[in-house]
Amino acid sequence: MREARNIPFDLAIWIAGALAIVLLVLPTLVVVAMSFTNEFTLRFPPRSWSARWYVELFSNSPQILTSALASLKVAAIATLVSTALGTLAAVALAGRKDRLSIALDAFFMSPMVFPAMSLGLALLLVLSLAGVRLSLLTLAIGHVVIATPFVIRMVSAAAQQMNPALLDCAASLGASRIHAFFTITLPLIRSGVVSGAIVAFLTSIDHVPVSLMLSDPRTETLPIHLWAILESNLDVRVAAVSGVIVAATVAVMLVVDRRMFVPGRAGR
Amino acid sequence: MRRAGGKAAAFLPAAPLALFFALAYLLPIAILGAVSFRTDLRAGDWTIAHYGAFLGDGFTLSILLDTLWLGLQVVVVTLLIAYPLGLVYMRAGPRVRALLVFLILLPLLTNTVVRTFAWMAILGRNGLVDTLAATLGFTNEPLRLLYSRTGLVIALAQIYLPLMALPLNNSLAKIDGNLLRAAEGLGASSAHLFRTVILPLSLPGAVAGCLLVFAGATTAFITQTLVGGGRQIFMPLFIYQQALGVQRWAFAAAASVVFALTVMAVVYAFNRFARARLRGVDA
Repeated sequence: MREARNIPFDLAIWIAGALAIVLLVLPTLVVVAMSFTNEFTLRFPPRSWSARWYVELFSNSPQILTSALASLKVAAIATLVSTALGTLAAVALAGRKDRLSIALDAFFMSPMVFPAMSLGLALLLVLSLAGVRLSLLTLAIGHVVIATPFVIRMVSAAAQQMNPALLDCAASLGASRIHAFFTITLPLIRSGVVSGAIVAFLTSIDHVPVSLMLSDPRTETLPIHLWAILESNLDVRVAAVSGVIVAATVAVMLVVDRRMFVPGRAGR
Repeated sequence: MRRAGGKAAAFLPAAPLALFFALAYLLPIAILGAVSFRTDLRAGDWTIAHYGAFLGDGFTLSILLDTLWLGLQVVVVTLLIAYPLGLVYMRAGPRVRALLVFLILLPLLTNTVVRTFAWMAILGRNGLVDTLAATLGFTNEPLRLLYSRTGLVIALAQIYLPLMALPLNNSLAKIDGNLLRAAEGLGASSAHLFRTVILPLSLPGAVAGCLLVFAGATTAFITQTLVGGGRQIFMPLFIYQQALGVQRWAFAAAASVVFALTVMAVVYAFNRFARARLRGVDA
């Protein structure tokens, strides 16, 4: 067994680690508690409790619900397109070490660090110069660019664990590339594709800068609408929306196989 | 070497994405660059006046530098929180590890606006911190952490902590347990072990985390505006105001280009530096 040779250091690490865990969880708990307040301000803890803001949200907040629907539509399109395009690209590039592959991979991953507000302005300029009206579809195009790097990371992690000899076997037995992709590659990388799609969806649902630049009354997404509410008057309905989002997130996490999220275990 | 035809066919599945990115990513950025050299969006001549105006003005330049400084501050605070968390993760069994991953992912998967809103409730007037300070008898005065730089850095560090913790934990979990036991068996103290074994071996994860957190914190429009308040202006809000607020499209384009180039340059330089330092570690 290990001996504690440096008790102050170990103690400091455990205390700091415990604080880090509290820091991780605290905001979520505060939001959930806040959503059951009976007051009109963000006093914490609330002096009295109720579910009034949830009632208010679902019975008397058409704009919030409309923007939530817009978010879901955009995320659905963005998830489908980015998962399809990203999976194909990741499979093509997986395990390749030549210059072109590395350059393409860097290009496909670059939206992760390219400032999204700049990309949003770039898209807005192109659309306005081309005379294209803003719509949920133009917004989804921007979201595909933002979400695809996550799909590629997830899928290539799964694809790299695949034995390339399997494809050579399939080819020598006369299977076409397309047939081999659907019958061998896709089933083997399925968990990577599914986690890629989930992360793409969450990225799109959560995305702000591009949505903000490409936003008009018809294309306002939920985060943009909530931001506008919080900027103007601290409407406590935002807490109820937050409560719903937290509940939905926990539900999704419990339904989705937890192992998929554990680092290093994807695809096993 | 493979034949060129076979090589081209292998790249074929990447073609749709390459085409999509060329049209929806590269082309807009090229046009953004072009517009930034025009006097106006639709009319006018070629000019470098917008870059002169941005880089020559102390006010705009300070916004850019302050945004980078904010990113750096957040990266440092996230590192300070993520390492103890990572050491706990490293020593934990599989069940506790799974729980920790769940706790790390939960805030990452809930909306940014939700997390930002949580910090407004924590830092705001009569919020959690004020209530705690009053209950513990420190002060009854509001601490005014909301709209302060300290509050903003703490909130951003918490919001982007998962982006640091996930790659860092991944690196820490890969460290060979025999190596740790050997060092302990030879009498290394925990602090010494951390400095000489754990820290160097976990650097790849920490580097990846630093890049993601830096990119995230510098562009975190929602948190910057809501927790930072109106007195602190960072590049994303500045670009937004210049474009959609006062419709100085070409100037906003130039500011966007400068901002994007600076962030990419910092990321690239840090990556190069880290890789050069890491070359000895992987061997």
